[in-house]
Amino acid sequence: MSDLHPLDADGVEAAVAAAISAFDAATTLDELKEARLAHTGDKAPLTLANRGIGALAGPDKATAGKLLGGARASIGRALAARTEVLEAERDARVLVEEAVDVTLPVLRAPLGARHPLETLQETMCDIFVGMGWEVAEGPEVEAEWFNFDALNFDPDHPARAMQDTFFVAARETDDAGAGLGGQAGETPTSGVVLRTHTSPVQIRAALERKDALVNEGRGIYVICPGKTFRTDELDATHTPVFHQIEGLAVDRGLTMANLKGTLDHLARALFGPDAVTRLRPSYFPFTEPSAEMDLRCFICDGGDTSCRTCRGTGWIEWGGCGMTHPNVLRAAGIDPDEYTAFAFGMGIERTLMFRHGVKDMRDMVEGDVRFSQQFGMEV
Amino acid sequence: MPKIPLKWLAEYVDLVDPAPEAVAAALVKVGLEEEGIHGGAVSGPLVVGRVLSILKEEQSNGKTINYCRVDVGDHNDPPGQDGLVRGHKPDHNDTFPPSRGIVCGAHNFVEGDWVACILPGGVLPGPFPIGGRKTYGHWSDGMICSAKELALGDDHTGIIVLASPSGASEDLGYDADALAPGQDAIALLGLDEKTIEVTITPDRGYCFSIRGIAREYSHSTGAAFTDPAAMAVSGTASDAAFPVLLEDAAPIRGTVGCDRFVARALRGFNPGAPSPAWMKRRLEQSGMRPISLAVDVTNYVMLELGQPLHAYDLGKLTAPIVVRRASAGVDGTAETLVTLDDATRALDPEDLLITDSVGGHGKRAIGMAGVMGGLDTEISEATTDILLEAAHFDAITIARTARRHKLGSEASRRFERGVDSALPPVAVQRALALMQEFGGGEIEDVYTDAGETTEIDPVTMEIDFPSRIVGMDFPADEVVASLEAIGCHVTRLGDELAVAPPTWRPDLDAPVTLVEEVARLRGYAEMPSVLPVAPPGRGLTHGQKVRRSVARSLADAGLTEVLTYPFMAPERLDECLVPADDKRRKLVRLANPLAAERAVLRPRVLFTLFDAVRVNLGRGAQDVAVFEVGRGYLDTGTGVAGLPAVDGSVTDAELADLDAALPEQLRMVAGVMTGSRVPAGWNQPAAAWEWSDALALVETVAAAAGVSLTRRADSYAPWHPGRAAVFALPDGTPCAHAGELHPKVCETLGLPARSVAFQVLLDPIIAFTEGVLVAAEAVSQQVVAKEDFAFVVPAAVTAGALVSVVREAGGSLVEDVRVFDVYAGAQVEAGHKSMAVNVRMRAADHTLTAEDVLSVREAVIAAATGQLGAVLR
Repeated sequence: MSDLHPLDADGVEAAVAAAISAFDAATTLDELKEARLAHTGDKAPLTLANRGIGALAGPDKATAGKLLGGARASIGRALAARTEVLEAERDARVLVEEAVDVTLPVLRAPLGARHPLETLQETMCDIFVGMGWEVAEGPEVEAEWFNFDALNFDPDHPARAMQDTFFVAARETDDAGAGLGGQAGETPTSGVVLRTHTSPVQIRAALERKDALVNEGRGIYVICPGKTFRTDELDATHTPVFHQIEGLAVDRGLTMANLKGTLDHLARALFGPDAVTRLRPSYFPFTEPSAEMDLRCFICDGGDTSCRTCRGTGWIEWGGCGMTHPNVLRAAGIDPDEYTAFAFGMGIERTLMFRHGVKDMRDMVEGDVRFSQQFGMEV
Repeated sequence: MPKIPLKWLAEYVDLVDPAPEAVAAALVKVGLEEEGIHGGAVSGPLVVGRVLSILKEEQSNGKTINYCRVDVGDHNDPPGQDGLVRGHKPDHNDTFPPSRGIVCGAHNFVEGDWVACILPGGVLPGPFPIGGRKTYGHWSDGMICSAKELALGDDHTGIIVLASPSGASEDLGYDADALAPGQDAIALLGLDEKTIEVTITPDRGYCFSIRGIAREYSHSTGAAFTDPAAMAVSGTASDAAFPVLLEDAAPIRGTVGCDRFVARALRGFNPGAPSPAWMKRRLEQSGMRPISLAVDVTNYVMLELGQPLHAYDLGKLTAPIVVRRASAGVDGTAETLVTLDDATRALDPEDLLITDSVGGHGKRAIGMAGVMGGLDTEISEATTDILLEAAHFDAITIARTARRHKLGSEASRRFERGVDSALPPVAVQRALALMQEFGGGEIEDVYTDAGETTEIDPVTMEIDFPSRIVGMDFPADEVVASLEAIGCHVTRLGDELAVAPPTWRPDLDAPVTLVEEVARLRGYAEMPSVLPVAPPGRGLTHGQKVRRSVARSLADAGLTEVLTYPFMAPERLDECLVPADDKRRKLVRLANPLAAERAVLRPRVLFTLFDAVRVNLGRGAQDVAVFEVGRGYLDTGTGVAGLPAVDGSVTDAELADLDAALPEQLRMVAGVMTGSRVPAGWNQPAAAWEWSDALALVETVAAAAGVSLTRRADSYAPWHPGRAAVFALPDGTPCAHAGELHPKVCETLGLPARSVAFQVLLDPIIAFTEGVLVAAEAVSQQVVAKEDFAFVVPAAVTAGALVSVVREAGGSLVEDVRVFDVYAGAQVEAGHKSMAVNVRMRAADHTLTAEDVLSVREAVIAAATGQLGAVLR
């Protein structure tokens, strides 16, 4: 091919057209690179023609410069346009090629879980904390005085008998005649028991807060969750170690209607806005009047006589409650003529069982991780 | 708990809706919870049959089987033209008088007896549908029933004989003349009658009777109630009657054991007279076994009125009867009594006894008062003269005796909860009248009524008190009417009421007890629901937040929370190689453990957490990582807690003494990990749980609790002495251990080799961090400089020592020191190892110069060389 003359307008136009058509013909960035080198490289006709400008006379120089400058700009635009197209094509292809299988297992280590009895306790506490109540706790191995006497359990009350309560053995070196707190006729004990309910915490909380009640008029509103113990053998519905949550409110003018209002609120927070509770008369040494609290069966709503959750009764027994007995307030140093109080308590295991359809209590206590793992981090 | 036959109940109160479910619902409303509804589980044909013939056939198994032909009237096999019936195959070649063939294995009946037969198509409780079948070489059309099969009682030793005209069999006392073959036996036996079982709370002793339940039903529904105890007592209480002396020399808690003792004689009674069938049926429906007329009547009246009764053989008694405490006995030999059940009971001086005067005044014990009678003076088949006792015993005395001798009886159950003190003469009257009606004899005109009961003190209550406590309005008239309805005598004194409770309600001892009565008679369902407003609270405590944070962090780290029982065998400490003088040996021991081998409480959570690991391994898990937040108990208290007063006078010192009695019960968290922490996967090789992971989890816990702990090597059971660390708070208090478990412990406990564990005492950490606020430092904007060093050090030099030397030498410019490589092997001199550390340096106020970095470098090398014998590689 003969050299292109810097003033050969037709030739320049043809060279530009050739370059553009070569670029357009390139289907990959590599081919485009070859085309670019061929049409804009050192040996390309236009490059050589450009180099020839210097040898031209004055006015021709300007003409040729303008001609070739325009040609280079056209080629540059065409190259950029084609590069953009081909790069976009390449990027699209690479992203497709790099795709992974997102269904592969991605957790490098298995997840852990909380125990649902613990998270349910926390959930229930949080409902009360949201209302300004405080969470009170106390020892699990407790003095009989707190567990029974201060709660108006007569020394001869059957619940104090050996068949329900775990007693801590008196030390052999202690005076064998101690017999303190032991039921008459039973083996002498230390006066120390594994608490049979979380109620002793009510006494502790009341003792701690009574000064603020009397001096500052600050009502006592506490919720007491925790482990409790009774000498039941483990089976589908009993466990010797279980959890309770109890509430105590002491203030001026509290009524049983306030107790009912509090329980209704708890029931709705845990079981949904349609939850219905029922109180029916009962007896506990530490409350008077006393009541059992039932929850309207949230599975059948009382409409299925063969319902397995409520055994066809339409109601699920949830807990006990009542107006705190004046003797209990007195034991905690609070004047029952000035203040009234209510208390309620329910089993966490039972609540978990019917809230989540747990059929067998053994699943909760045996430590099989598969039980906790169903619940994850929250209930 | 009592079972109430509804037909019996209906005798004293009109059942508004007699359906058992409706009766149960009415009783629940006033506080008597339904425990179950019984009866009505048999469906026919269950018919009366007369045994015509019994063919005894010995079987190859040695048992003798009876092939009986029983006349069941309309249900007989269809007769042929000769008027005889033929049996089903294989009895089809024989002819019989009109009857049906039934195979029966019992032998307590004879030909001519009247029995109850369930025929094909009938259903027995279970439910067990009955069909005809071939058995023992005959065709058997159903069964001749036993009491147990019909759920009438527990007796399965033989079948029920309704009547035995020949007198050869023991029968239920039905009149044979009134029975007809084929008659429906369901109604006859009362099997269509329903019984409702209810729970009685301890304050309602009077509800252990038809009388009490009927009264409560009336309270619930307003139905008319007839008091079965409202009857005139005939005759006169007189000293001329059998002498009884109440001589309680040692009342318990100030209350005499017996404050009323009524006794009355019936002479000329026929001891062979049977109890009427209806009475036996009601006893069985109530869960009691019929025995003899006299005994059945005492039980019947007890069930009806709630007053326990005891019948003595008058001829065996020597006056006077003396009610006293058991004597302590001389030289330590306790007084004894052989009770009705033929057991010899050694008596406690607290036991209240009924005695007579054989051998001297009150010398012979003839009963444990209110619990069980004595064998010597029991009525027998020959007793014609009966002395019937109805007494009022102190609840606590009876409860203690029943518990002491583990002798809960129908009588003690009632006395423990309190019996109506007005009942004794009425109950005696009712019982003797029944005995006389069915067994003849003369009721003596005079009777003994010893002692004097104290009236229950009236309670004074402001008339608006129920409204104030319940939070709903009770008009004065309603309050008075409700209290009168339950039997109180109410006097109005201005704004107050003086309320005298009835004799059967000793529990009504304070105004609040009256509030419950007023509220439950209106119905708890009427109560409004009003949410009270608490004062603003302080939220969760620091400790509560830390515990949640710790548990959540461990779960996030891949551990699963479990809850194990705190009961432990003391041998677990030996299995865990805990030394004899270790503090953790101060075990809290239970007086009455569920299992004798698990009689102590865990001193640390880790010891019982191993059990959960084993459960999971046993169920096929290979990778287990569990943790538990709980308490460990140490017997560090004084060990004996007293019983301060409960009248509000308890002092701070007394409360402190109670707390001092208790064991230490620190909260802690423990974890055990075994198997793979990271399982092998498509993008990673497996990584086992190893000692360093256990240590890392302690740091996780510490971070969650907001504290940083120091650590050093430590030998502490149950960990590997060379692969475990003790962690301490900044003040030096040790609070955690972690590392690989001792290989022997793994072996003994059945854990995989190289299992790892940690345990952190949370309470000390919570106490340490309570109220501590982080003082924030400014974050430097300057550029960081990094320098690496590789030192060869003697093998005994620890990473911790090297890091602390480097940090110290580097001074304030050093931001972080991190060991990133440890090597021991061919490239390093024997007895030595190479450790490489990366040091990050930064100044707060300027960019570090080359001189700054060089001076740190030189100081680090000099210190490592000088203090640790390190050589820079």
